[in-house]
Amino acid sequence: MKYILEPWPWYISGPFIAIVMFLLLYFGRTFGMSSNLRTMCAIGGAGKRVKFFDFDWKSEKWNLMVVAGAVIGGMIAHFFLSNPIDIQLSENTINDLDTLGFKNVGESLLPPELFSWDSVFSLKGIAILLIGGFLVGFGTRYAGGCTSGHAITGLSSLQLPSLVAVIGFFIGGLIMIHFIYPILF
Amino acid sequence: MGKYLKFFLVGIFFGIVLVKSEAVSWYRIYEMFKFQSFHMYGIIGTAVVTGVILVFISKGNQLKTTEGTYLRVPKKDKGFKRYILGGSIFGLGWALCGACPGPMYILVGTGVFSMLIVIVAALIGTYTYGLLKDKLPH
Repeated sequence: MKYILEPWPWYISGPFIAIVMFLLLYFGRTFGMSSNLRTMCAIGGAGKRVKFFDFDWKSEKWNLMVVAGAVIGGMIAHFFLSNPIDIQLSENTINDLDTLGFKNVGESLLPPELFSWDSVFSLKGIAILLIGGFLVGFGTRYAGGCTSGHAITGLSSLQLPSLVAVIGFFIGGLIMIHFIYPILF
Repeated sequence: MGKYLKFFLVGIFFGIVLVKSEAVSWYRIYEMFKFQSFHMYGIIGTAVVTGVILVFISKGNQLKTTEGTYLRVPKKDKGFKRYILGGSIFGLGWALCGACPGPMYILVGTGVFSMLIVIVAALIGTYTYGLLKDKLPH
């Protein structure tokens, strides 16, 4: 139990994620979390206006069940399977974030500077969440997949398009962290 | 409900793994893009290596899925522009809010309800892609 309550090391977590991917393949499906965003648009009736959403979303119900499970799994892990301890970030990361104005770094999963309601209800705070979410939703469909579909599934099956997409993920991420963050914070 | 139970259980396992590995943490994503820790690279690296082995063994043994078909990974469409452009746009958003689609849902479960705003924005982003699809280079 002690080992479950502590944070799990990368060499345990990585193979477990591969098992998630494998189980979905074994069930005749595939591992792709962002596809659910398209499905949800279709459920909302987007198929009447835009052809891209005009598909039989009921065939994607299984993936929505994965999402529902993931939410419950997040709850179980956070509230029942975790000791309240800080994330063991590197010293450099803590110092860099401190310079940008982030305090109490690593004491929660997410920085209150971005996700607390006080921040969310500021113009900058809401803009960051809306723009960030929009870019993720737009980019993942444009690229045909997200971290699960390209970085895990695509690379596991040695597909070149997925490698290009993952390189893209890093181009975008590095630009954001190294060039845009210093302007934003 | 019966035929969906296994997907629900896989989802629960996925949610637990991503929280326990701290891969859902905004701080870990920041640290990764700063190349200041091996943690996230270790997770993605071992996931891919394990995945390659599992897919290779399954194909070699002609493993059948529970649906009765041979286990296979769907092939991505050929192309370059959509992957590099779409990927970069995704990366900007991933680094900005520190969450890709899986963690977005999982974090709601950990009680971060402000993440629902990010999910709504992601839905709008996906809808916008659907609108502009035919005008974008692929």
